[in-house]
Amino acid sequence: MESYHLKRIDFIFKNENDWKDVLSRALASDKQLILNELMESELKGRGGAGFPTGLKWKLTADEKSDEKHIICNADEGEPGTFKDREILTQVPFKVLVGMAICGYVIGALKGFIYLRGEYTFLMPELEKAIKEFEYYCKEINFKFSIKIFLGSGAYICGEETALFESMEGKRGEPRNKPPFPTKNGYLGKPTVVNNVETLAHTYTIFKYGAKQFYDLGVQYSRGTKLFSVSGDTPKAGIYELELGMTLEQFVDDFGDGDTKAVQVGGASGFLVPRKLFSQTIIGFKGKLEGHSLPTGGSMMLFNSSRSMFNVLSNYLYFFHEESCGQCTPCRVGCQVLLNGINEVKKGERSTLYLDKLLQLTETMKQTAKCGLGQSVANSFSSIVENFKEEMIY
Amino acid sequence: MGKNISITINGKKIEVPQGTTILEAAEKATFHIPTLCYHKDLCVAGNCRVCVVEQVGNQRLLASCATPAEENMNIITNSLKVRNARRHIIQLLLAEHKSDCTKCYKNGNCELQKIAADLRILDQEFTELKTWKAFTVDKHSPSIIKDDSKCIRCQRCVRTCAELQGVNALSVSGKGSKMHISTFMEKSMVDVVCTNCGQCVNHCPTGALVEKNYIEEVWMALADPEKHVVVQTAPAVRVGLGEEMGAKPGTRVTGKMVSALKQLGFDAVLDTDFTADLTIMEEGTELLNRLKMFLANGDKNVKLPLLTSCSPGWIKYLEHMYPEQLDNLSTCKSPQQMFGALAKTYYANAKKIDPESIVSVSIMPCTAKKFEAERPEMHDSGYRDVDYVLTTRELAIMIKQAGIELLQLEDSKYDSLMGDSTGAGVIFGATGGVMEAALRTAYEIVTGREVPFKNLNIEPVRGIEGVRSASVIIENALPGWDFLNGVELKCAIAHGLVNAKNIMDKVKAGEADFHFIEIMACPGGCLGGGGQPIPTNPEIRRKRTEAIYEEDEQMTIRKSHENPEVLKIYKDYLKEPLGEKSHHLLHTKYTPRDRY
Repeated sequence: MESYHLKRIDFIFKNENDWKDVLSRALASDKQLILNELMESELKGRGGAGFPTGLKWKLTADEKSDEKHIICNADEGEPGTFKDREILTQVPFKVLVGMAICGYVIGALKGFIYLRGEYTFLMPELEKAIKEFEYYCKEINFKFSIKIFLGSGAYICGEETALFESMEGKRGEPRNKPPFPTKNGYLGKPTVVNNVETLAHTYTIFKYGAKQFYDLGVQYSRGTKLFSVSGDTPKAGIYELELGMTLEQFVDDFGDGDTKAVQVGGASGFLVPRKLFSQTIIGFKGKLEGHSLPTGGSMMLFNSSRSMFNVLSNYLYFFHEESCGQCTPCRVGCQVLLNGINEVKKGERSTLYLDKLLQLTETMKQTAKCGLGQSVANSFSSIVENFKEEMIY
Repeated sequence: MGKNISITINGKKIEVPQGTTILEAAEKATFHIPTLCYHKDLCVAGNCRVCVVEQVGNQRLLASCATPAEENMNIITNSLKVRNARRHIIQLLLAEHKSDCTKCYKNGNCELQKIAADLRILDQEFTELKTWKAFTVDKHSPSIIKDDSKCIRCQRCVRTCAELQGVNALSVSGKGSKMHISTFMEKSMVDVVCTNCGQCVNHCPTGALVEKNYIEEVWMALADPEKHVVVQTAPAVRVGLGEEMGAKPGTRVTGKMVSALKQLGFDAVLDTDFTADLTIMEEGTELLNRLKMFLANGDKNVKLPLLTSCSPGWIKYLEHMYPEQLDNLSTCKSPQQMFGALAKTYYANAKKIDPESIVSVSIMPCTAKKFEAERPEMHDSGYRDVDYVLTTRELAIMIKQAGIELLQLEDSKYDSLMGDSTGAGVIFGATGGVMEAALRTAYEIVTGREVPFKNLNIEPVRGIEGVRSASVIIENALPGWDFLNGVELKCAIAHGLVNAKNIMDKVKAGEADFHFIEIMACPGGCLGGGGQPIPTNPEIRRKRTEAIYEEDEQMTIRKSHENPEVLKIYKDYLKEPLGEKSHHLLHTKYTPRDRY
């Protein structure tokens, strides 16, 4: 059975007391070379959306502005995701160095960590690390400062433009795109927003070079990723795995032998039933065989004792509360979906209503204002399509 | 100018300047895209998603109001995908909205209703949420009723209150299903910083924000044979009312309106323009007095600039935001309140009517006037000076209720007393009008000559810029006004409270050396008031402005101090501007207020 184990990799959490060297070395090298290295690594955003990190940095670096910003998105609020917390606890310097190098490349003097409101307890240690880090920056004459900005508990503020609004003291609501943050971000200035894990990966890439990272994973999905494994598994926890595995491989390793379905990507992600495990690849969209699912790293396993109706109802309840409420499809759509499954369950509406709601999810995906709004219906469509009988009986 | 880009909409290729949104481009290509949260007066929100269109090759639909056109974009505004999405979005809004259209005050003038009708949404595909049951209707304000059950969360009101008015009485609160439009600490509109200007009402697409109407009360008064019901009509009403009856914006219906009011049964149809002229006499004298104390007597404690006090929304704004500047405000009541005080004194005396039996109604382009009439200090006649204030829209409803075809009516003249008006009184309805009227009179009092502008049209004070300034140099003043010789009389004009804020911040900081400032709470002045016909937008307000100035041009008397009835009232009753009677009836005091 040993062979079923996926290869564990240890880049992120490897304790390396050399952050000062990595930072100094990066600051001594050419900005373009750093960008090239990052683009060669094909690192993609680890928050879930998978935007090429190198390109994001390059776009921001190319903008002309008197002020730019680098923001580390630590508003880790997706249900079932808990990796960023561990990164900030165990290897905060990797993230800080990643931010500083980004600042150096794009020309930002200020970095911010947007910390989830519920992670207040991380503050003292993190502040200590920042202090030490800033002290070193001063020592080597590198002008860069980092501030922590504490969120107030709204899930939507993890969306980058809502995050800006929140930081600017406004109500956390996504903005219209375009303009994109690389051009018009925090305070209207070009801004890079990277997930905690993404920044930690940049550390590895700068230290060991792009090749080591690129050699792992598969085409379009290079490198490794942290997975927050939870649910019906004997091995709940955080694991760093190569991208490109099939869900079957994953479940063979982490399942409890009775895995009925896996929710990939948290509440805004997709539920994959057992019959699709073998053709589902965990990685970013590309020309891969079968389905590929991008993810922020949340893997929730459900065994046959779980009611998919309850699972879905739980997710929808979450969104009906955590949607910012700004745009119609997300605000009202979530409520209609939640009410809808209850009505069908109680027999107040016919099962055909589910088909109407499935059509509605298409509209929600096509028309919602932000990335969150476009993905709130994912769980509904994937669960209802695959477990219709559980919705009805 | 940026470069042009070409974009294809429904197969039609057009060139638009860079920065044009898809919605604007489609409009240019004569394709209509329905919208709800979009408003020409406001910044783009992009939150209702009704205006989505398909970009060929893009999985997602684009909100056309919020997406700039890009080179070679291929847009389809009416594909199957777009139609389905649009239908869904309207149905979602209807599932959330309290859809009791036939019992709704905005029935027939609701944008949600119109889109639902245009798209022929015949069934309620999704079960109604009924979440609106959690809301109570806020009826406490004398001006505005806020009914969240009708709200579609487009945030137009929030943007209006912030961007046009700088008041921020309305804001968004709660998230997800609990997201709603709220006030500070969920207080009633009457207890917050709201100025009652009614711009939110003017910009609300549905029945969530409407004026508090007094139609039934007025019908009851009209039906009571014991009552003598007088009605006054504000200058801006005559250039707006026609729109409610289907006329083009900018149609003047003064005479027809008078006929309609007579048909409705009012005992006397009188004109607020009369007291507008009176305001000029009182306020002009007040200005000259202050200038005299300042310039001739060297009294540095004189409060200058003098601020106009015709706009009750503006007054309440000042009371909230700049209570320390209240001494700069003219003590003159607004024309409406002057009229009210005189109706139950001067008019009652002259007509030998028991003031107790007089019901004083005013037709105003304004919702704040309702609040003003309720102010406790507005009882100088010994009774409540103005009993009921109706907006232009409420009058239109009464006319429709009575089955009167306004546009088919013959013109009638205002009754007398207090029915005579001048061009100066009429232009009170447009931004800059009070200033222009005041200058026409003050300059002539001081110099004995007409203002040195062609045809009496003081063009520098007219216009649509939010803040304008102008100056007149006084030369060869008449004896007694020598101290004004060579003085450059500096004046400024602002409309829309956000512009008032701009100018007041300068006044407060001592950076503005104006002598006289006219401020109107609403964009465009009263003609863009919160009680005027809906919709409003810059183009409509421009048309109404033109109409106001046309009305002025065709008047035989165009200067307040030449209004025969004004001369008469000073001769018979008031004696002199700022005299004892004036002081008692025509002037008032103000109340500092908190800022929440």
